[in-house]
Amino acid sequence: MSNVTNLGRSGLSDWVIQRFSAVILAAYTFFILGSFLIHPDMDYVQWKTIFENNLMRIFSLVTLAALCAHAWIGMWTVSTDYITALQFGKRATAVRLLFQAGCILLISVYLIWGIQILWGF
Amino acid sequence: MLVSIYRYNPETDSKPAMQDIEVSIPADKDLMVLDVLALAKEQDATIVYRRSCREGVCGSDGMNINGTNGLACITPISAAVKPGGKLVLRPLPGLPVVRDLVVDMSIFYKQFEKVKPYLINDEPPPAIERLQSPEDREKLDGLYECILCACCNTNCPSFWWNPDKFIGPAGLLQAYRFLADSRDTATVERLSGLADPFSVFRCRGIMNCVAVCPKGLNPTRAIGHIRNMLISQGT
Repeated sequence: MSNVTNLGRSGLSDWVIQRFSAVILAAYTFFILGSFLIHPDMDYVQWKTIFENNLMRIFSLVTLAALCAHAWIGMWTVSTDYITALQFGKRATAVRLLFQAGCILLISVYLIWGIQILWGF
Repeated sequence: MLVSIYRYNPETDSKPAMQDIEVSIPADKDLMVLDVLALAKEQDATIVYRRSCREGVCGSDGMNINGTNGLACITPISAAVKPGGKLVLRPLPGLPVVRDLVVDMSIFYKQFEKVKPYLINDEPPPAIERLQSPEDREKLDGLYECILCACCNTNCPSFWWNPDKFIGPAGLLQAYRFLADSRDTATVERLSGLADPFSVFRCRGIMNCVAVCPKGLNPTRAIGHIRNMLISQGT
């Protein structure tokens, strides 16, 4: 167990990525919540118009990428904290790799699905 | 006063158990936990614990006192137990128990060794000594006072989960003590050994170490300084 499955292969780069992605996620959250507050009676047509703007699509895609990186760093940390030989004995490596593969699969599905939603139609 | 002590002898016991002992405390006296342990040992001489200086300098008698890590010799019972309450003594959590309140600290020392806790200077030594300005010397305050009692490491979940990979608050405090030393020339080498995902970055900043340090030191702040040095070197 070292850093082979780790996103940036270094604790420092992971730490920086996690902080930057957190700022992007916070900005997007405030933006979306703010637009709901400004337009309390927003309907589907208005919602669709917002997302037809290219800048909004780029902002959303950047946020989605930030979310994926943030989630992977977090889940990798969780798996290397709790799914270790200390708790799982000899099966630890198999269980951890399975868990990490599941996380990557799920994150990939969300990323590709997200891109399709933003640019698909 | 009722004292509940963790008892375990791996050679004879299949599992640990708590032993309750009634200890009579002299009236109007606030004894230290270590004194209470000595009184309990008078009743049962098989109780095992480490102690040496009995004044908070050697760091031998670190233990878990009513759920909080601390040094038995400088923790008064009035601070550890509510009036009429029970004194509960357990070994430091997260380390293998050798016997009763004595833990095996090998992995703690191994992490300490990793940070090379000694001055490295490849310049030829001057005739008398390597001088340091009072301002540079001041930077070491709050770092060099650590007595290696392991109260902080054994209160840190990151150390519990990865004791072989995360250096832990005590080791990282010493790492920064030498990173901050104006006479040390190995800053780059020291930092390059710390950028991996475990050594420093397993610290999630929950400050459990700060909460229990019997010397009032702040490892979390030192870890923050190391992180800042890593960032300025690495980006």
